[in-house]
Amino acid sequence: MFNDFLTQFWPATVDGLSLGAIYALLALGYTMVYGVLRLINFAHSEIFMIGTFASLAVVNLFGFSGVGGFTLVGVVLVLAVAGGLASGASAVALEFLAYRPLRRKGASRLAALISAIGASLFLQQLFARVLIPWWFDVPKDKGALPLQGHFVERADVFAIGDFVVRNDKLIVFLGAVIMMVALDQFVNRTKLGRGIRATAQDPETSVLMGVNIDRIVTATFAIGGAMAGVAAALYMMRFEETDYFVGFLLGIKAFTAAVLGGIGNLRGALVGGMVLGLIEMYGSVLLGTEWQHVVAFTVLVLVLMFRPTGILGESLQQARV
Amino acid sequence: MSSIEWAKKPARKISAPVGSGVDALRDWWAVQRGPVRWTVYLLLIVAAFLLPHEDLGTFMSPHSDWQSLLFYPIGGYILLAIGLNVVVGQAGLLDLGYVAFFAVGGYTMAVLGKQFGWSFWEIITVGVVLAALSGVLLGAPTLRLRGDYLAIVTLGFGEIIRIVATNTESIGGPNGVAGIPHPPNLTDWEFPDNAFFQALDLEGLKPFTYGALDTRPYYYLMLLAIIGTIVFAKRLEHSRVGRSWAAIREDEDAAELMGVPTFKFKLAAFAIGAAFGGLAGVLYGAQATSIIPKDFPFILSATILAAVVLGGSGNIPGVMVGAFLIAWIPERVRGVGEYRILVFGAALVIMMALRPEGLLPSRQRRAELKEGTGGMGSLGAEVGGPGGADVEVEVAK
Repeated sequence: MFNDFLTQFWPATVDGLSLGAIYALLALGYTMVYGVLRLINFAHSEIFMIGTFASLAVVNLFGFSGVGGFTLVGVVLVLAVAGGLASGASAVALEFLAYRPLRRKGASRLAALISAIGASLFLQQLFARVLIPWWFDVPKDKGALPLQGHFVERADVFAIGDFVVRNDKLIVFLGAVIMMVALDQFVNRTKLGRGIRATAQDPETSVLMGVNIDRIVTATFAIGGAMAGVAAALYMMRFEETDYFVGFLLGIKAFTAAVLGGIGNLRGALVGGMVLGLIEMYGSVLLGTEWQHVVAFTVLVLVLMFRPTGILGESLQQARV
Repeated sequence: MSSIEWAKKPARKISAPVGSGVDALRDWWAVQRGPVRWTVYLLLIVAAFLLPHEDLGTFMSPHSDWQSLLFYPIGGYILLAIGLNVVVGQAGLLDLGYVAFFAVGGYTMAVLGKQFGWSFWEIITVGVVLAALSGVLLGAPTLRLRGDYLAIVTLGFGEIIRIVATNTESIGGPNGVAGIPHPPNLTDWEFPDNAFFQALDLEGLKPFTYGALDTRPYYYLMLLAIIGTIVFAKRLEHSRVGRSWAAIREDEDAAELMGVPTFKFKLAAFAIGAAFGGLAGVLYGAQATSIIPKDFPFILSATILAAVVLGGSGNIPGVMVGAFLIAWIPERVRGVGEYRILVFGAALVIMMALRPEGLLPSRQRRAELKEGTGGMGSLGAEVGGPGGADVEVEVAK
């Protein structure tokens, strides 16, 4: 068992980082919404799912196939824009329809969570029963089956030791890091970013200082959704398959990653995502792939027991950023 | 955090038209004394006893067998919702992995019944105790966490239990356990076949014979379990334990300062809630005769939580109504076939937007909502908002 681990250390590391990158991008949406509203946006996983279908639609529309090298980077950019727009727009719509009425009424966060679960079910079923059959020309009863779109020509880029790194894994990792740095700069340097941080820290005072809360919330959902859309584009390049349920487990894992890194903390999302990806991959090498998810959740429980604020601590609301 | 003037909206009438008739009924109920209350209880029990009537079934569920529907999901969801209500509604702990305890009960029944040949009546105690123990096991390390952390850890626990069941070959792996024995019959006594019982659709019913065909005896077993848990939960609510839970739910720090051993009572809430879940699991396993890990998905936890919140978290009649609706509506609208979960999801969103406090909220909760604190901390911006501060003090009264 331990020998396996040694021989598979590098492959597992690369896989873990590329999986972790997707977790990290998805975790951003959870962490930002949580930072501003103290709400687990349960339907975020469906926002991601919408992004994967937008990417798939673009792939089918342009008929990409066998893309490799630098062309692949360009194609991924196109997919990321499409996914980001679709996911960002649906996240804003979700906030407007499912959360804003509750905020206006001063409902409990529990009620908002139920609304989120309802929205999540609705979106899943909307895709499985209505949109997928109509959009991708699938027979009506086959809407729940996975859809595939192969377009990537996989190639090895460089080697670590005797293990070679494949182009798609590299792009996923780099893409996530670039998005993360861009977002970090945005939140730290722009006026809107300052508004987001202020609202996360103290909503009432920030209103008194002239921050338009509704605008901030919309922006938060738009940005979080767009990040999920980019994650979806990268996911489609990496796995080339999606279905209406694709977001569920990924979403839970991404929330786990957000908590792991310290919820409300943008850099924490990156760290949490990567750490979770690595732990999962190492765990599945050591114990077998069927225990991958158990390992992830066990680590979460352990981290929360000994360091409840996560690795980097909660921080969007504490003016530490 | 000081609450500021603009956040104090004039007290609105929170209950929409749905509420006014119900409110009158509840006001009437609040002043009734023993004899009237006992009569109503008795009538309700008799009504529940007659519920499996075929004529009612043709209206209530034209698409599936009403009698087995009454046992599960309706009865099962109600029992689970009462259990989850102890955790969520009374102690204010958000549990997203409640289905784990249901699974513990179900698997206890399956393994002890099939592989060890124990009888149902022995297993039911063991199952309840085991579920309570697993509640303590989960709670002891995690209950120091608050709010959403607890939610996500319990969610993880629910998934762990399911995956472990899938991966453990000795309890059947992904195929689960089949051939779980039915409970042994108590007597073979049956209702006499005369006009009176025919009118009630009870003729020839053997209420204590647990076979494969007739689900009514299981339904009566479930009914008994539900009545027992209601009495238990109600007594707890009005005891020192219940008051401690309410204090913890409203403000944990203040409760701790007032001398409430919060950790101990939170653990108790977890254990009791888990025990109810385990009870439901044992009953379910005994009737279903086969269980697989897929019977215990996350979505079931979410559904039960939705039932609790929809009905009115903290109020037992409310959560029962919520659980009934959530179990029944998807079956009733089977006519819309494949779209029923779609409709269900949309209904949850609309319902929460129109009446976030639930159909029959507890009076205490409603008062909280009017003050704008929302009980479990409010959602964002406009209201006395989510605080970074640990202790929130209302200043500007």
